[in-house]
Amino acid sequence: MDDSPLVVVEGLRFSRGDREIFRGVDMTIPRGKITAIMGPSGSGKTTLLKLIGGQLTPDAGRVMIDGEDIHAQSRKKLFTLRRRMGMLFQSGALFSDLSVFENVAFPLRVHTDLPEAMIRDVVLMKLEAVGLRGARELMPAELSGGMARRVALARALALDPELIFYDEPFVGQDPISMGVLVQLIRRVNDALGLTAVVVSHDIKETLSIADYVYVIADGKVMAHGTPESLNVDQDPRVSQFMHGEPDGPVPFHYPADDFHKDMLNAGVKR
Amino acid sequence: MITRITRLGRRGCDLVEALGRAGMFLGQSLVGRPSGEGVKLWLRQMHFIGVLSLAIILVSGLFIGMVLALQGYTILVDFGAEDALGQMVSLSLLRELAPVVAALLFAGRAGSALTAEIGLMKATEQLSSMEMIGVDPLKRVVAPRLWAGFVSLPLLTVGFSVIGIWGGHLVGVEWLGVYEGSYWGNMQASVDFVDDIGNGMLKSLVFALVVTWIAVFQGYDLVPTSEGISRATTRTVVYSSLAVLGLDFVLTALMFGEMG
Repeated sequence: MDDSPLVVVEGLRFSRGDREIFRGVDMTIPRGKITAIMGPSGSGKTTLLKLIGGQLTPDAGRVMIDGEDIHAQSRKKLFTLRRRMGMLFQSGALFSDLSVFENVAFPLRVHTDLPEAMIRDVVLMKLEAVGLRGARELMPAELSGGMARRVALARALALDPELIFYDEPFVGQDPISMGVLVQLIRRVNDALGLTAVVVSHDIKETLSIADYVYVIADGKVMAHGTPESLNVDQDPRVSQFMHGEPDGPVPFHYPADDFHKDMLNAGVKR
Repeated sequence: MITRITRLGRRGCDLVEALGRAGMFLGQSLVGRPSGEGVKLWLRQMHFIGVLSLAIILVSGLFIGMVLALQGYTILVDFGAEDALGQMVSLSLLRELAPVVAALLFAGRAGSALTAEIGLMKATEQLSSMEMIGVDPLKRVVAPRLWAGFVSLPLLTVGFSVIGIWGGHLVGVEWLGVYEGSYWGNMQASVDFVDDIGNGMLKSLVFALVVTWIAVFQGYDLVPTSEGISRATTRTVVYSSLAVLGLDFVLTALMFGEMG
């Protein structure tokens, strides 16, 4: 297999309104591996995925996917490039007017000319892989959160993408479906040889499946390395995050005036 | 003072920018080859936007026609001119009331629904996920809705006029006793196909473009929160109503301004 990295992010800068979200992010995502991007909530992890997927345009820097600058493509070329990517959204983002079956069949119908029988076979295979073949007639509103995410995974895999993004796959899942998802992501990756990017702040689950980890905070890559090396990292900010300590260099409190003064000022107009 | 001027300037820039975004949005949605799939999606939207608006449009048209005949009769009868009732009802409906009232009702019934639907699709990341699947939501979601709006409002306007004229007949002829022959005869003699029906349809087409464009753009461009959706829905109804009434004046001045 080609061992040049599949995705290269160089000097990425992005701001929303007056808030600078990224101040020069560099990242390499190797082929056929699971790369995790971790960081506290609000550090812009989902935004980073949208930048890599070409849904947002950076202020500076570039994102190369397989040697092509994704933000320099025409709208048409961009959509062709996106057929090689799959993305699992935080909410699942299933099309609410289509059944489970039709949701998984959607990418096949719009991008291929396969006969109906073939589409049926592929959809049932994908649904079987996530254990929801029996739920094919249900509508998205009838699914639990975990099931919706598994259907979304089946849909993201429908076209056998080379690159798949997982946006917070473990958030809000009960322990059982969390375990199922962790296993699914690892298994799918090993079986299909995909390149995966997992964005998450669930440390234990993510570290158990990731091959390489980037930690971002304050708009920069704070640390990167294998899960083992990060676990023993001496940087106090990294170790606070990796070991889930409530207070440390990353403060528990949102910046505010002195608490004592603030309480005494109650009712006084400032 | 300086900050006020700055703010005014910024607001102006924001406005121009939004107009530019809306224009790009319209262009990107409408340019493209029609496909079999697109026609199917369009037909579905025709049902939601057009067919399901029929009830409110027809009932309103009936009542407006009936009220017109009643009000018109009480004035015309003083001059002994109640024979001109058919002319009055049909001209006011065809030139003014049908295009304008149908467009206002359409903005409330279909426009707000379009904004809310597309906005919710955005808030639940359905539009993003469509993009990541490699399907352009402008083509798949927006374009069929725009075309359905463009086609259905003029058709609804025709229905509005027809049932309004019938309502006028119901009140004027059946109830108040205007001679049936003069109701229809005067109408036939005074309504010009191009000047009255044609111009009315042209108005309706312009309103259809504006209302649907505003509704769909507001949905696509909103801030994806529940507050954002409610604001955008309100904006759709307010902006489209103002646009319809303002444009109606301009169009009327252009079309009927120099008619004697």
